[in-house]
Amino acid sequence: MSNVLDLTAAQAATQVRAGDLSAKELWDAYRERAAGDGLNAFLCLADADAPDVAADAPLAGVPLAVKDLFCTEGVQSAAASKLLEGYKPPYTATAVERLTAAGAPMLGKTNMDEFAMGSSNENSAFGPVKNPWDESRVPGGSSGGSAAAVAAGLAPWAIGTDTGGSIRQPAALCGIVGVKPTYGSISRYGMIAFASSLDQAGPLTRDVTDAALLLRHMVGTDDYDSTCTGHPEEIALPTAERLDGLRFGVPPELTGEGLDPGVREVFETTLGRIEELGGTVTDVALPHSGHAISAYYVIAPAEASANLARFDGVRYGQRAGNGDLRSLYEETREQGFGPEVKRRIMLGTYALSSGYYDAYYGSAQRVRTKIAGDFHAAFESVDFVITPTSPTVAFGLGERTADPLAMYLSDVLTVPMSLAGIPAISIPGGLSHGMPVGVQIAGPAFSESKILDASYALERAIGFDGSPARA
Amino acid sequence: MIDRDQVLHVMRLARLRLTDEEIERMTGDLSSILDHIEKIGELDLDGVEPTSRVVELENVLRPDEPRPSLPREVALAEAPDTDGIGFRVPSPGA
Repeated sequence: MSNVLDLTAAQAATQVRAGDLSAKELWDAYRERAAGDGLNAFLCLADADAPDVAADAPLAGVPLAVKDLFCTEGVQSAAASKLLEGYKPPYTATAVERLTAAGAPMLGKTNMDEFAMGSSNENSAFGPVKNPWDESRVPGGSSGGSAAAVAAGLAPWAIGTDTGGSIRQPAALCGIVGVKPTYGSISRYGMIAFASSLDQAGPLTRDVTDAALLLRHMVGTDDYDSTCTGHPEEIALPTAERLDGLRFGVPPELTGEGLDPGVREVFETTLGRIEELGGTVTDVALPHSGHAISAYYVIAPAEASANLARFDGVRYGQRAGNGDLRSLYEETREQGFGPEVKRRIMLGTYALSSGYYDAYYGSAQRVRTKIAGDFHAAFESVDFVITPTSPTVAFGLGERTADPLAMYLSDVLTVPMSLAGIPAISIPGGLSHGMPVGVQIAGPAFSESKILDASYALERAIGFDGSPARA
Repeated sequence: MIDRDQVLHVMRLARLRLTDEEIERMTGDLSSILDHIEKIGELDLDGVEPTSRVVELENVLRPDEPRPSLPREVALAEAPDTDGIGFRVPSPGA
């Protein structure tokens, strides 16, 4: 038998169900590996004892790393914020509960940008995560701990959340697969809210099959989230070998200037592979996508400023201040929030304040309508929109922290799909100077199974080797 | 563009407290971000409906029947200060 750590999650589940591997052996191997985490990917680990998993559970006891944004009963859920340090919620997020019930017990909670605000994981109150491909670089963010843990083989698979790219971008920078599903397919109950009209949970995995398997058990309606629609049909496990008849659209607005030459090279090689597999590649216009970052950085901070009003030192979390109630609020928030969170609260509060609301929030929501319309029109002539996931490979720790706008532009290729609410995957396309480059494939709402199937065929043609990061 | 007085006003609205140094940095950061954002002013958005939801959804209703909720002691367990009945805070008038 090969080393259990070399198995994908789906392979491990198959071996456990066949009786060739015990769930306990799998748990112990990963629990020990995660305990040796030198990347700061984990914020806390589950007890060492292997949890009981039903013998017939579909996910067969394959351990799961969970982003610290998800509430987990009795286990610190701090969203990597000092304000919530030590907070142990009285309930568990629906997405986590579903996966536990399906047989994927929680291995630990992963590091992230505070309240999911960031693209590098450098905004964590508990220190940055290192990229396993090069420890002087960021893993991306905000689900940086989940991405680094999977890439480094500290966990077989993980879940994260994506508001403007927080699953796809770290997946790309760490050389793994990440899926942002259609808005509303997975319950947001128990996900500490950042921007409620955008937030969506999703899988971060070693390959496309693992992503499909995890996603299948995450989607579904929930009495506790009335915006959750579930999925019209079960997520299919991918089998495609060819891309015959499938049309991939490349938006010139997102793939022109601003791409690193190494990223462009991998992207163009990938387009060539699509054609070799029988797919067609054409240009498709997304005329308003150049305004996506502007709209996003109004809408997301505006929603965040309202959502984060609940962190006031009254009901849970840390409290500061000895004076009156107003000082209690202000000092708790002054001491509890990091600089990026304060910046976004300020930006959002300004955008929603009297006299500015329509110029900022109103306009941004109109731009959002235009962007969604662009995708709708594009999908009349193509099956998928394809871009690189990030304009650059992983950048150096500290490189972009001085310039918030430069950091925001890291999300330029992922934010348009978030605003439109459509599903998108990032898969590894290859390496540029030894660092992974992600390719993003987006489709119409609820087209996850089609996206996964096409990605699977492409993944096999690319033959990406993620093992250097697991060394 | 945003000036220092506006930053102070927004800071109070947001129940935040920033040091003088942070206020200065915030003024510069927000100004450069808003400059970028204001490019959406170039678009003709007359007659465009603002997005209120990305996935069409009818009202979601359930029967108005009482269900069990968190027991009081569980809801209060993480409170920084409590008298056992509710969350305790300084008097708003103090």
